[in-house]
Amino acid sequence: MSLVFAAICSHAPGITGRAQMADPALRDPFYAAYRRLREQLVRARPDALIVVAAEHFSNFFMNNMPGFAMGLASRYQGPIEEPAWLGIARTQIPGNAGLSLKLIREVMQTVDVAFAQEWRFDHGIMVPLSFLTPDYDLPVIPVNINCQGPPLVPVHRAWALGEALRRAADMVPQRIAVIGTGGISHWPATPDSGKINQGWDREFLDRWARNDRQALLSYTDEATYRDAGQGGFEIRTLISVAAAAGGRGEVQHYAAIPIFAVGCTIGVMDIAA
Amino acid sequence: MSLYQLQKFLFDINRDSGVQQQYRSGLDGLLDRYELSVEERAAVASGDIGLIYVLGANGQLLMHYAAFLGMPWADYIRALRDGVAKHGQVRAGVYTMSTAIDDKVAGI
Repeated sequence: MSLVFAAICSHAPGITGRAQMADPALRDPFYAAYRRLREQLVRARPDALIVVAAEHFSNFFMNNMPGFAMGLASRYQGPIEEPAWLGIARTQIPGNAGLSLKLIREVMQTVDVAFAQEWRFDHGIMVPLSFLTPDYDLPVIPVNINCQGPPLVPVHRAWALGEALRRAADMVPQRIAVIGTGGISHWPATPDSGKINQGWDREFLDRWARNDRQALLSYTDEATYRDAGQGGFEIRTLISVAAAAGGRGEVQHYAAIPIFAVGCTIGVMDIAA
Repeated sequence: MSLYQLQKFLFDINRDSGVQQQYRSGLDGLLDRYELSVEERAAVASGDIGLIYVLGANGQLLMHYAAFLGMPWADYIRALRDGVAKHGQVRAGVYTMSTAIDDKVAGI
C-alpha cells in the first residue's frame, strides 16, 4: 500500500535496564511519550514495522561488517543481552520473510544492502519494541546501519537508504510503518556515560523536524565524534527516517536523562506524498 | 591488528555460551586462540576492565564482558575511570574518555 507512519525514538539499554535508578520526574514523562507514540502507531494500522536501528556488535562484527543489512526471516529472537541486565524478557518477534524479500529486492535497486536470515535483536531494537509492540504481535523488518565499527557509511548513504525504503514500502500491498532508533549525542559505555550535549541535540532535532536535507547531510564523523561522542554516529538511523518520510517532523519529547545516557527523544514525521 | 583480536575475544565471549564455558574451565587454552599482545593477554587474564578499556576496546563489547564478570554498572564505570587514572588515556578506538577523572556525569 504505502508508508503510513514514520517516527524516531531512543533505545538506550538503561531506559529499561536502569529504570529504577532514574529520577521518576524525568523518567515517567518520557515513558508517557513512548506510550503516546504507541497509540499513534496503532492508529496508523500498520501491517508491518520497519525498524532502522544501529546494533552494537550483536549479530554483525568487524570480521564481516555490512554497512547496511536487512532481516529476511519469518521470526527473530531477542534480547540477545541477559534479560535481567536489560529488563526485557526473552521472546520471539514475528517477521515476514516474503515481505522482507520484496522490500530488499527494491532497496537493492539503489542501495547495496546485506541480508540476514538469522538475527537476534539487541537493545537497539528490543527497547523500542518493548514500548511500541509490547505483545510482539506486529511483524518487524529489522534494518541495520553500522554505526559502531568505523569505517561507517557516509551520512548521505543513510539518506539514500531511507529513500530506498520509502520506494520499497510504497510498492508493496501492506501498510508499512518505519521507526528510526538511535541516540543523538551520547557517550555510552564509557566513563562519560551520562554526558549529553543538549545544544547539539536540539540543533540536530531542529534540522530533523524541518527535514533540511542539506543541513542533515552536513555532519561529518569528525565533528560528530568531537561534539556528540561515538554515540552520535547513530544519527544515521534518524536521518534515514527523514529521507523515507519526506515531510515535516514533530519532536514530541526531548529530555536529557543522564542515567539512561542519552537525550530521550520521541518524534513523528509527516509522510510527504 | 591485535586490538581487533582483543575485541574479537570480547565479541565471542559475549555471544557464545561455549566460549563462556571455556573461559571458566581453562582461560589459557581459550586465549591461545587469539593473537593478543602480552599486555592484552595479561589484562584479560586478570579481568582488568580498566586496562582493557585503555587498550581501546569498544565500550559496547566491554560493558557486556563486565556484566559477564558480574560487575554492576556503577563498578563498571568506576573501573574505566580507575583504568585511565592508572594507565593514562585510551590509546585507540572511538571510546576515549572526555570528562575529568573525578567527574560523575550520571551521578555514579
